[in-house]
Amino acid sequence: MSQLALVIDLNVCVGCHACVTSCKEWNTSGWAGSLADQHPYDADPTGTFFNRVQSFEVGQYPNTETVHFPKSCLHCEEPPCVPVCPTGASYKRPDNGVVLVDYDKCIGCKYCSWACPYGVRELDEMQKVMKKCTLCIDRITDETLPEAERKPACVLACPTSARLYGDVHDPDSEASEAIRERGGYQLMPEWGTKPANHYLPRRKTRMQIFDDELERVDNPLKKEAPLPAAKGETLDDVAY
Amino acid sequence: MHPAFSVIFLTTLIGAGQGLFMALVTGQVYSLANLLAPQDSQSFYAMGALITATLLAGGLVAAVFHLGKPSYFITRAWRGMSQWRTSWLSRELIALPMFMLLVLAYAAVHYLGWTQIWFTIKGQIPVDASLVIGMLGVLMSVILFVSTAMIYASLKFLQEWHTALTVANFFLFGLASGFMLAAAFSAWMGIELVSFFGGWAVVFTVLAAITRAFSMLRNARIKHKSTLASALGIRHTKITQRSMGFMGGSFNTREFFHGQGPVVLAMARWFFVLNVFVFPVILLAASNLLESASLPVLAFVVQYLGLLAERWYFFAEARHPQNLYYQTVG
Repeated sequence: MSQLALVIDLNVCVGCHACVTSCKEWNTSGWAGSLADQHPYDADPTGTFFNRVQSFEVGQYPNTETVHFPKSCLHCEEPPCVPVCPTGASYKRPDNGVVLVDYDKCIGCKYCSWACPYGVRELDEMQKVMKKCTLCIDRITDETLPEAERKPACVLACPTSARLYGDVHDPDSEASEAIRERGGYQLMPEWGTKPANHYLPRRKTRMQIFDDELERVDNPLKKEAPLPAAKGETLDDVAY
Repeated sequence: MHPAFSVIFLTTLIGAGQGLFMALVTGQVYSLANLLAPQDSQSFYAMGALITATLLAGGLVAAVFHLGKPSYFITRAWRGMSQWRTSWLSRELIALPMFMLLVLAYAAVHYLGWTQIWFTIKGQIPVDASLVIGMLGVLMSVILFVSTAMIYASLKFLQEWHTALTVANFFLFGLASGFMLAAAFSAWMGIELVSFFGGWAVVFTVLAAITRAFSMLRNARIKHKSTLASALGIRHTKITQRSMGFMGGSFNTREFFHGQGPVVLAMARWFFVLNVFVFPVILLAASNLLESASLPVLAFVVQYLGLLAERWYFFAEARHPQNLYYQTVG
């Protein structure tokens, strides 16, 4: 059984929010739409988003590092939001593991959002039903699209390829390979939710340089220096 | 968590209703054992059950306003009974109407006088329709208490709620306010059961004070499992959020925080401690001395107001781990 998921490379993300806007654009006009905003041009704009990019400062100045952190539904393999739903509106697709909401069954009780430790479910203020990342289910399953475009909007939009997409149950997929070889990890593993989405950690690129690599033993410049004057008997005096 | 008034009214109203129904059936069972004088079917049991039904209906109305749209109550809420295998909320949605039906049946049986004895157990305990329905109602009431409380207690990462104390608190608060209401009802009707129900109300209030004190103590020193380090998967002790990704607020910033300062929280705490545990007991004691018909009513009203604050505080004191991701606007 496959489990589709995202693998997000924190080492590459530059925090440009392109995934946020492309997600909103695709999903407000697609199967999950509309994602209406409330007073978007007023003092207190708000609206439903499936994907956000947050920024964190790690460490104390001057030893700090900025980490941009894209956050969306992790499509858990043990999703705590699904069993609590009283109507069965919240479900995990058996064929590809995507966690979805049936908007025609949802009564907007918000219990599933309480049951999600990651805070990735949002009540749509216009439709009054719970919404969340669908992994662009209307796009990845659309066989009329060319194969290369059957990917979530955020993945296609990312200018630095920080978002990988694939089946994390297939050991040979690009996503699985990245998790395996580049230290992929899950968020809040303490709750046993087994998120399908993984994150790749920041990596430091350090060059290892030894002194003799910087300074050649036979540095030609050194030959220009005057030789020290011999004092007393030398080896030459003995040989000849 | 953000305390929703719909849920505060729902849980406190049905809690008091369940407690009142259990008090009525307790009174009936005691009178079977000749420990209490039997009461009039119509004016006491049927009226009491009708008050219970009114409280439950009030809770149901409050619950309607917890739905996304009130119209979902008609068009979609019936689906809420389908997932009883996994969801405590679904179990509550089944138990509540079943309990309401049993309460109405209990009221009808008493009102219409269908209390002919069916059979007697060991020649001593006469069993009639009201006793059978009453016992089924008590059972359903217990199921409803457990379902309501488990909605909160089953969420393991809301560590303030994830304890058996949550179930004990819901149960004991319901019993305390229900028996308090039974005492108030008896006093109002001039029935000699005020001290019986009042005594049990004090016992349940004291027990509730003990379990709530334990849960408050537990929550004051709780150690949260999730940290910013585990939320981001970055092993560092000093991580600061610089931006949550938006500035205008979202569902995440509205739903999971009570939005009040520590002063309001402390005030709510003192308000409910005094009004739930202290004042009603003093008022009942005073009414016992003065034989007043109105003081038990006042005791119930004061305790109910306190319970509203208690439920508000119950929601406010739970800290959801998702808040780790929403700390800084920038």
